[in-house]
Amino acid sequence: MSTPRTLTMAQAIAEAIGQEMERDNTVFVMGEDIGKYGGIFGATGGLLDKFGPERIMDTPISETAFIGTATGAAAAGLRPIAELMFVDFFGVCMDQIYNHLAKNTYMAGGHIKLPVVLTTAIGGGYSDAAQHSQCLYATFAHMPGLKVVVPSNAYDAKGLMTQAIRDDNPVMFMYHKGIMGLPWMAYFEGASNEVPEAQYTIPFGQAKVVRAGSDLTIVTLSQMVQKSLLAAEELAKQGISAEVLDLRTLVPLDRNAVLKSVARTGRLLVADEDYLGFGLTGEIAAIVAENLDTVALKAPVRRLAVPNVPIPYSRPLEQFVIPQVKGIVESAQALMKGRVAETVAA
Amino acid sequence: MQAGKDTLLWMYEKMVEIRNYEETMADVYLEGKLPPNIQKGLAFDIGSGPVPGEMHLAAGQEPVAVGICAHLKQDDTVVGTHRPHHFAIAKGVPLDKMTAEMFGKATGLGKGKGGHMHLFDPVHKFSCSGIIGASLPPACGAGLAAKKMGKDWVAVAFFGEGAANQGSFHEALNLAALWKLPVIFVCEDNKWAISVPKTNATSIDWVADRASAYGMPGIKVAHNDAVEVYEAVAPAIGRARRGEGPTLIEVKTDRYLGHFQGDPEVYRPKDEVSNLRKNDPIPRLAALLKSRGLMSNGEGEAIVARAKQRVAKAFAFARESAYPVPQDALQDVFA
Repeated sequence: MSTPRTLTMAQAIAEAIGQEMERDNTVFVMGEDIGKYGGIFGATGGLLDKFGPERIMDTPISETAFIGTATGAAAAGLRPIAELMFVDFFGVCMDQIYNHLAKNTYMAGGHIKLPVVLTTAIGGGYSDAAQHSQCLYATFAHMPGLKVVVPSNAYDAKGLMTQAIRDDNPVMFMYHKGIMGLPWMAYFEGASNEVPEAQYTIPFGQAKVVRAGSDLTIVTLSQMVQKSLLAAEELAKQGISAEVLDLRTLVPLDRNAVLKSVARTGRLLVADEDYLGFGLTGEIAAIVAENLDTVALKAPVRRLAVPNVPIPYSRPLEQFVIPQVKGIVESAQALMKGRVAETVAA
Repeated sequence: MQAGKDTLLWMYEKMVEIRNYEETMADVYLEGKLPPNIQKGLAFDIGSGPVPGEMHLAAGQEPVAVGICAHLKQDDTVVGTHRPHHFAIAKGVPLDKMTAEMFGKATGLGKGKGGHMHLFDPVHKFSCSGIIGASLPPACGAGLAAKKMGKDWVAVAFFGEGAANQGSFHEALNLAALWKLPVIFVCEDNKWAISVPKTNATSIDWVADRASAYGMPGIKVAHNDAVEVYEAVAPAIGRARRGEGPTLIEVKTDRYLGHFQGDPEVYRPKDEVSNLRKNDPIPRLAALLKSRGLMSNGEGEAIVARAKQRVAKAFAFARESAYPVPQDALQDVFA
């Protein structure tokens, strides 16, 4: 037996890719600075040395070309992983992503498979401003044809990445920069955890209760899971027992896990780093609203997300718009004071 | 490379088949779309009839498709455009399933989920896209796959002269040349990007002149002629099969019909098409075959009859096929 190891999320992702490349020689990686640099956020660290430039392919700054190339190579039987350095860069290549990669299988009546993993960095919190700080997972989850994976920690990231590479469909694998454990960016240490060396998979569509509680449910994902865990700790000191549910994947979405937890606690707070409007928080709230025949709420649903403004640069502005631990605590406290109407006013 | 008898006859028969297919489709497309069978006040209803939606036909552009595809094998990949029928037919996509797809039937290539701009036939390695300039990147992917698998397969990306001004053109040509991918980029210059002539959209006369900027050969085919296309592109196919990299080819061709069926074509001179049709590549190839003693009158008639029969059978198959059940719309989002 090997001794327990703690990996950063970046190391766990790179390990998952490397092990799958050893197992399956149709897997290869394309992207900007993924070779010698090891990926700007470390997701391909060490892979060039192991597999060489034929399988770890630095590309020109041509996202349309290499994401389209991934689609074409997948149709021909390979299993490409392509990295879109920042999700914000989707603007230069979205046609190849959502008009082709996401739709071709459907338009072919299911007769073609496109096993592409599109990795991309998300999230703010380090003053990178409006073009390098978004999450946008709800945008990709909104459009049919893409599976959307949003891990919160190293253990999950490895299992979900292995699962993603083996999936016969396009998978967006979206990692938050602030939990990758980079040596040059502050991160939430809870995201670096024990990761087995042997390969394993985590099925998509299975949310995880990362902290059990009885007074309210915090439905969340990605870096916000780590913030929610810290908030739950704080709330516990105040006698409030918060359950934290990590969605882990948005497509497919584990609706049952949301309903089961909220049915038990009777209170829902959705904590999200994407935009508030027309997004994940509304989706989760709607799922609960559609099931009020079996789920009894004690208080109105609360949503915490980025108000509908671009991510600002200046620290006090950014800290204000991106939900922080303190904001989660305050929202939970307010949720505990909320009451639903007992009867509908005539 | 000189085209031999079999190649010439194959190209002729395919061109006849394509032309008959497009002309048949032009007629069938109008079924149910004209007064008095449509909403009062409309002159045309694009969403009605057995073949609804947009319809882009390629009559006149047959030489590009057959001149290239005559060099290809089943394992070679073709990625076409929003005007894809001539490429699909020349690549060997089954006519019946292709037609059924345009009729929206369950027996179609995509079970009725794609329609005429989105034909996918993995068996014959054919696909196409309704987005201008979108054919080039996936062709690079097919080329990369062939290279990684150690095969001598090639990939062809067809696109119009309008698409040569998309960013995807630049990105894909650079990538293919950089990685020495076995890709042949074929620009069909039919002079019109819907209503905008090439002279109003492109800063140079020949898109093929851009090849040198990417460090690849550029081949110019000045006439809408199947034999000329076939012979001119042979070096590009050989170069790709030998692993020496991509080539950019431009073929001057003619669009006999509107951008889409129902296009009033107010932008083109009234006599343009009738003048273009005087140079129809199909009778010209027939005359060549006869002058070389490669096809008798009787053989020529038999070819035309065979081609028409195949087209008629495909349309009958499409008409007789069943529609998908509505709930099938919920299937196939994921493989």
